[in-house]
Amino acid sequence: MTFDPNAIALSIGAGTAAGLVGCFAVMRRMTLAADAISHIALPGIGLAILLRVHPILGGVAALLVGTLLVWGIEGRTRLATETIIGVVFSTALAVGSLITSGDQLIEALFGGVGHLTTLEATLGLLLSLGVVVFIVSQRHRLVLALVSPEIAHTTGIDVRRLNLFFLLVFALTIALGLRYLGVLLVGSLVIIPAATAKRLARSLRGMLVISVGASIASTTLGTWLSLALHRAPGSMIVLVAAGFFLLSLLRRSGN
Amino acid sequence: MRSSDEAGSPALKVVNLSVGFDRINVLEGLSFDVAHGSALAIIGPNGAGKSVLAKALIGALPYEGTIQWEANTKLGYVPQKLDIERDLPITGSDFLRAKAAVVRASQVDITNALGLVGLKIEAVGKPIGALSGGQFQRLLVAAALIGHPTVLLLDEPTAGVDEPGQDTLNETTERLRKERGLTILFISHDLSVVYQHATNVLCLSRGHTCFGAPKRILTPALLAELYGAPVAYHVHNDLRP
Repeated sequence: MTFDPNAIALSIGAGTAAGLVGCFAVMRRMTLAADAISHIALPGIGLAILLRVHPILGGVAALLVGTLLVWGIEGRTRLATETIIGVVFSTALAVGSLITSGDQLIEALFGGVGHLTTLEATLGLLLSLGVVVFIVSQRHRLVLALVSPEIAHTTGIDVRRLNLFFLLVFALTIALGLRYLGVLLVGSLVIIPAATAKRLARSLRGMLVISVGASIASTTLGTWLSLALHRAPGSMIVLVAAGFFLLSLLRRSGN
Repeated sequence: MRSSDEAGSPALKVVNLSVGFDRINVLEGLSFDVAHGSALAIIGPNGAGKSVLAKALIGALPYEGTIQWEANTKLGYVPQKLDIERDLPITGSDFLRAKAAVVRASQVDITNALGLVGLKIEAVGKPIGALSGGQFQRLLVAAALIGHPTVLLLDEPTAGVDEPGQDTLNETTERLRKERGLTILFISHDLSVVYQHATNVLCLSRGHTCFGAPKRILTPALLAELYGAPVAYHVHNDLRP
């Protein structure tokens, strides 16, 4: 069993980013959208493998294009966001599974182990930092837009642009976890710790702190367990996160 | 349909305003002015487009025609009752701090706004979904007051508030109008409040709009026409000369 310092650093960075973004995603009732959006990465991963580019780069590009597509269609039609995400994600899944071959598909769906290069870890940490800076600096605007988009509008906030930035940051956070957790599980890292925090917290600060704590604990403990038990990290991380959520249920009912 | 008693440029000038959805106009050809420091009541039956007008006025809905706020207008907006999840972990303080941070107001402004609406500091420590209807409406008004607005636009601010709470809120807005010269636009179903506090009334009903001082235009005939049945309003004794 070997500890990879790059992996530990990135699991803390990605955990922090996912914990923060997850809070606003859960409060904005984007729970299912998180899973759906992550699937949009698949055709990008498939295409990157075909073109012999780093798969994660393909995944990130597909996520950003998919997010802009969802946002664009939402602005031009009166369809519900969920409907648009549903159509875009099913199409992406279909295209992705067509162009990705067997083993690669399994790894793209569930994540893989592999050794992280220093470049990958550095890029991942920079991306995490960007996500954290966005959420911390925009939290007040996000709260106003969450409570009432109209109130936010009267304070000079461009709510539609804020929504786009949030969706892009959300997509980047999904991209951060793609390699370890895979397309199918990465949405859970964003949603489950935040859902745990929402059950326990009574204020915004409380929710952000609990969510980040649960998220980092899930990524680090999950990575350690995966090494100890020789299992895929994605599944272990999500199981640890789900364990925390179950514990939060017990605590609430005991109050 | 203009108020004639104002001097200088109005706080708000609306000319030939039309707002529609799916090619059906909810508001059509609406024109009115709102003078500085006056209170405009917007009345009408449900579905007449009162909230649509409010949203068009703040620029949150596309419209045709002209909506011209005076330069440097700062708008405080109170939306109609919001649907907030009970377990949302955002406290009243989180919400007020968010508003203050965005409009660059201070903690003193938050404290002053809470004092004006009569909301206790313990109440704003609770999650907003756990506040009573009245507390939540006061919180929204307090948020609107942060950042020194020059205009308050209130969409049924006292809905769900008990009677003493309603009186507090109405008196607060009236006091702000008189002492600080705020211009107030409010949507109300309570004709007694309209009669008591409004300088002018804008009534909206499909196919019929009117504008003028409440004493002049709130006639039983007009109310019957607006609401489809005779409506009575009560003038408080303490206001009678």
